Amino acid sequence: MTPGLINANPVVHETKARSARTENTDENSVDEFDVLEIFDILFQVSICVTWLVLFVEKDPEHPYTLEQLNVVSEDAIDLDNKASHVTVTFTPTVQHCSMATVIGLCIRVKLMRCLPPRFKVSPSPVFQLFFKVDIRVAPGSHASEAAVNKQLSDKERVAAALENPHLVEMVERCLQERDE
Amino acid sequence: GLSLRLVQQLEGHLDRVWSVAWSPSGRTLVSCSGDKSCRLWENSSASASSPNWRCQAVLEGGHNRTIRACDWSPDGKLLATASFDATTAIWEIVGGEIENVATLEGHDNEVKSVSWNSSGSLLATCSRDKHVWIWDVQPGNEFECMSVLAGHTQDVKCVTWHPTRDILVSASYDNTIKVWTEDGDGDDWRCVQTLAEPGPGHTSTVWALSFNKDGSRLVSCSDDLTLMVWDTSEDLYDASADQTLWKHVAMISGYHDRTIFSVNWSRANGLIASGAADDSIRIFSEDREQSSAELGGGTFSMLAKQEKAHSTDVNCVQWHPTNPRILASAGDDGFVKIWEVIGDLSFVC
Repeated sequence: MTPGLINANPVVHETKARSARTENTDENSVDEFDVLEIFDILFQVSICVTWLVLFVEKDPEHPYTLEQLNVVSEDAIDLDNKASHVTVTFTPTVQHCSMATVIGLCIRVKLMRCLPPRFKVSPSPVFQLFFKVDIRVAPGSHASEAAVNKQLSDKERVAAALENPHLVEMVERCLQERDE
Repeated sequence: GLSLRLVQQLEGHLDRVWSVAWSPSGRTLVSCSGDKSCRLWENSSASASSPNWRCQAVLEGGHNRTIRACDWSPDGKLLATASFDATTAIWEIVGGEIENVATLEGHDNEVKSVSWNSSGSLLATCSRDKHVWIWDVQPGNEFECMSVLAGHTQDVKCVTWHPTRDILVSASYDNTIKVWTEDGDGDDWRCVQTLAEPGPGHTSTVWALSFNKDGSRLVSCSDDLTLMVWDTSEDLYDASADQTLWKHVAMISGYHDRTIFSVNWSRANGLIASGAADDSIRIFSEDREQSSAELGGGTFSMLAKQEKAHSTDVNCVQWHPTNPRILASAGDDGFVKIWEVIGDLSFVC
C-alpha cells in the first residue's frame, strides 16, 4: 500500500523577522524565560514536511519548520514564569493529521531539553524538568482533538513512548537541525 | 488540622520515582524508578520518624525498562515489580539476600500495576494492552496464568485487591473502574460492576485505587482532579450484572488543580492521602458528625496540605502499615520522602 499524501501542498507562511537578543552575560542571574525565547526554541524544531505532512519516508525535500507551516505560533505559547508553567497550543496542518501526537511529543522533548531546571537540587538527577508543560492541539484543529490532548497529557504514556526505540528515532529525526 | 513534617529525603534514584510500597511489617520501604532499579530503604533506629533511613539494597538487572509499580506479598517474603518491559518480576528475600526468582511474561506491552491478594495466593497485573491478568501462586515460585480479564477499552492503570475478600478492582484510561469476582466454579473471573458514567463516575483517566482497612470503602483518584469514595460493603458473590451493588458515596473536589496520580487510605489512622501533579500532598478524613450511612452519602474534609511536597509531580503516596503518623511519597524529582503527621490523631484513630 502506498502511503497517501495527507497534505501534498502545505501552505508555507512567512516567518517573522526577529530582533537580535542581547546576550545575558551574568551567570548568576535568575533564568527568566519569555515567550519569545520559548518560541525560538520551538522555531529550531525543524520537522521535515515528509514526517509531518506527507508521511513518506526519506524525502527531505521540504524541510519547513513548524513555524513556516503555522503549526506553532507565538500567540499559541502561554507562559507563566512565576508558576513555571508553559502551555503550547499547536495546529496540525490537516484535520486528520495522524502525526499530531508525534508533533506533540517532539515539542515536549525539545522543551524538556531546552528549558532549564528552575531549582538546583543536589544530587541532581539530570532529567529534571521543573516547568509544567501542557501541550495541546488548537481547538477545532483536529478531528480527534480530545483524544490527542488526553494522550499528550498522559505522562505515563509519554514516558513509555520515550523508551520506545522506533518513536525515539522518529522524534530524533524530527528534531535534527536542518543544516546538519 | 494536621501538618506534615519532613523526616528525611531519600536520595539515590537517577530518574523519576514512580511508586513506593511498605513491607507488611513496615520495616522496609521499596521504591521503583525510571532508572530501571528498585531501592530498599530501612531505618537503622527503632523509630520510623527518626532520620536514619538508609538504602540497604538496590535491585537491578530484573528489568530493562522503567519499573512502574511494586507490591509486597502479605508475608513480606516476596516482592513483585511491574515494568514497561512487559514483564513482572518476582524477588525473594532469603536470609537478607534478594534474588530474582521468577519473571512473568504474557502482557503485550507495558505492565503498569501489580497487586497480591490478601492471602498471597493470587497476583494481579494490568497493562497498556487493556487486559488484567490473574496469576495463581504455586509452590516453588511458579506462577500460572489463571485468567485474562478483558473489558477495559483502554490501558489499565491500576489493580488492587479487596483487603479480605478475593475481589479485584481495576482502573483505566477509559475513565472506568471495574469490579471483578471469581465465577462459582472458581476457574474464571467476570466483571460484576463498572463504576463509571452515566452514573456517578470519573470523567477522565482513573489513576489509582485504595481500600480502607476493612474493605467497606474504596477511594479512587483521577485526571479529572477529583477523588471519589465508594461504598464497597455489599457482598458481591451473588451479584447479577444489572444490579448496582457498590455505590458512590462522595466526590472530593476543588483541592488539587492538576492530575491526581495517587491515593492511599491508611489502615493505621483511617485518613486518605493524595498526591498530584500540582506537587502537593493532601490529607482528608470522613466527617464523623453526620449520620452519613443513613443519608447514603458522606462528606470529607481536608485536614492537611503540603504544598511543594516534591519540587515537581508527586507520583505516589503510601501510609505506613502500622504507624499512624508515617507517610512515604515519591516524585518526579527522583526523591523518596518520609513524612511525619503532626497534630492530634485521637479523633480519627
